[in-house]
Amino acid sequence: MSTRIEGLPSPCGLAPSGEVRQNDTMSINQLVFAPPATDAAPLMNTNPLRAVSPLTGPERMRISEISVFYDGVPAVRQASLAIHQGEVLALIGPSGCGKTTLLRTLNRLTELTPTASHSGQITLDGEDIHELEDTKLRTRVSMVFQQPNPFPMSIFDNVAFALREQSRRRPRRRELEPLVKQALQRAGLYEEIRGDLDRSALRLSGGQQQRLCIARAIATNPEILLMDEPCSALDPRSTAVIEDLILQLRSELAIVIVTHNLQQARRIADRVAFMYLGDLVELGDAGQLFEAPREERTREYIAGAFG
Amino acid sequence: MSSVESVPPPNLVAPPRRRGRRSSLRSWRRGDQLIFVLAWTAGVALCLITASIIVFLAVKGVAYLSPKLLVTSPSAAVNQAQSGGFLDPIVGTVTLAVIGTLIATPLAVISAIWVVEYGRPRWLVGIVETSIELIAGTPDIVIAIFGLALFQLGILAPLSFRSTGGGVYGRSFLAAGIMMSLLALPLTYTATRNGLRAIPRHMREASYALGKTRITTIRRVLLPSLRPHVATGAVLGMGRIIGDTAIVVVLLGATLQNSPENGVPLLGFLRGTGSTLSSYIYDNSPAGEGNAPQKAYAAVFVLVLIIVALNAIVGRVSRIGVHASAGTGRLSR
Repeated sequence: MSTRIEGLPSPCGLAPSGEVRQNDTMSINQLVFAPPATDAAPLMNTNPLRAVSPLTGPERMRISEISVFYDGVPAVRQASLAIHQGEVLALIGPSGCGKTTLLRTLNRLTELTPTASHSGQITLDGEDIHELEDTKLRTRVSMVFQQPNPFPMSIFDNVAFALREQSRRRPRRRELEPLVKQALQRAGLYEEIRGDLDRSALRLSGGQQQRLCIARAIATNPEILLMDEPCSALDPRSTAVIEDLILQLRSELAIVIVTHNLQQARRIADRVAFMYLGDLVELGDAGQLFEAPREERTREYIAGAFG
Repeated sequence: MSSVESVPPPNLVAPPRRRGRRSSLRSWRRGDQLIFVLAWTAGVALCLITASIIVFLAVKGVAYLSPKLLVTSPSAAVNQAQSGGFLDPIVGTVTLAVIGTLIATPLAVISAIWVVEYGRPRWLVGIVETSIELIAGTPDIVIAIFGLALFQLGILAPLSFRSTGGGVYGRSFLAAGIMMSLLALPLTYTATRNGLRAIPRHMREASYALGKTRITTIRRVLLPSLRPHVATGAVLGMGRIIGDTAIVVVLLGATLQNSPENGVPLLGFLRGTGSTLSSYIYDNSPAGEGNAPQKAYAAVFVLVLIIVALNAIVGRVSRIGVHASAGTGRLSR
């Protein structure tokens, strides 16, 4: 957090809320009601937030020659890449290519699968993530899932749950309230639910639930936010709101997003990694990878030849 | 977002509900027509049977039922007018239900959590599941006789009392309540286990991904979603306990009045013998020892009222469950 880049919103993302709302509406109208783009290049430029900056901050996570096996069968083979603060890295590829497995290895969620094993090294700010306690790691590398999955409790408790430490003393509501409020503001949800933090989270709409899950995930100020197809269960309008949110959040943390949706990767990603059958085939700037892929397999996939 | 949504005209009134034309029954296949008629007949017949039982019991029971019956203790008298009411059986029924549920519910919930959330080693899970199925399939009279053999052991004397000869009597509220918990255990266990299995995996992962341990996930995420399932199981188990007779006759002594042991007031009561509505009905009916069918009917009516009330609670609780356990993350309207 100490490294601040000029021209970006303040580290806490507390941009004046009115401005955020305006941006939301603009981009929604443009994204949802603009005539379908025949060429992808113009679409990339429709979102005003997209232009903020593809600036890249310091390196936060380095993945070196990671392989993941299920029952001895490799799902990811010798993948190496670095993740920088301030960027959105999209993992694309056909179903079963290992992109979700790779994502889940970054916060050691694959360890929950008894048959999974791995080789290689992942470091977070220079520390081996397997040397960190899993609970500590996951507050620094948090995750948003495909299905919006708020817990069956109030909106406040959903975010407060993430903030409470593993300790005997439960912080009082008054101490947590500003932090919860801040997380909800960063996720662009506070305005919509103002004053009603005690409503059941299950009563929110699908898109709001997903933004609550994002608020929950960023409440602990993680360095990296992992997103596993966060929009695939949502309608286009909610998708657009979440995409704007991702673009705003990327200045404060590194975002790794798995997506099946190539258009989405074009719209929000700064860098794109293409995976195929467990191999990290190509990694490059979004523009380069989509416009001039170096690998034949990437070109075919982007052209819609398979997947 | 208001600019996007279309604004409805201000005074649009909903028209009365009208159904469009539907396919006529005559156009259906013969088999479908038959099933259709059978389904309706079966449903209506079931309602009629239940209703007639309740009406029969109400007519027979209410005739003799009076508020006095509910608050006086039974007594041994040849003259039925002096033989008292069934306060003791009501107290006995409630006591056994409370003891049984208090023991069964934590055991059932903890076992279900262990089986679903930990479940290792596999062979132990198999043994636990089989044991619970066996308990569920054991006739209550077998449980009762086993209980009697168990609680007559000298070491378990504190749970009942020693008779004048010095032998352990083995019959008490505590003894009966503990064995009753075996009746409730499988029901609560199954409800809880199924509830746990219905919670999608990504709910647990969402909690792990926030840096929470498994135990925190169970306590803060899974248990709140389970509450309606546990409640449903507990109420079903209570129904089972309230309706049981064999354990009462064998293990509670089925004495006419609740007869506490000397000593600490509440503990003495729990160590003493007594009766429940089910044993009271048996004892008063011509099928049992007594010959006071009108009293049996009155007691049956009270028992049915209690069971209907419990069923209403189950319905309530499971409807709450639709909201609280919507763990799929979808909107539950």
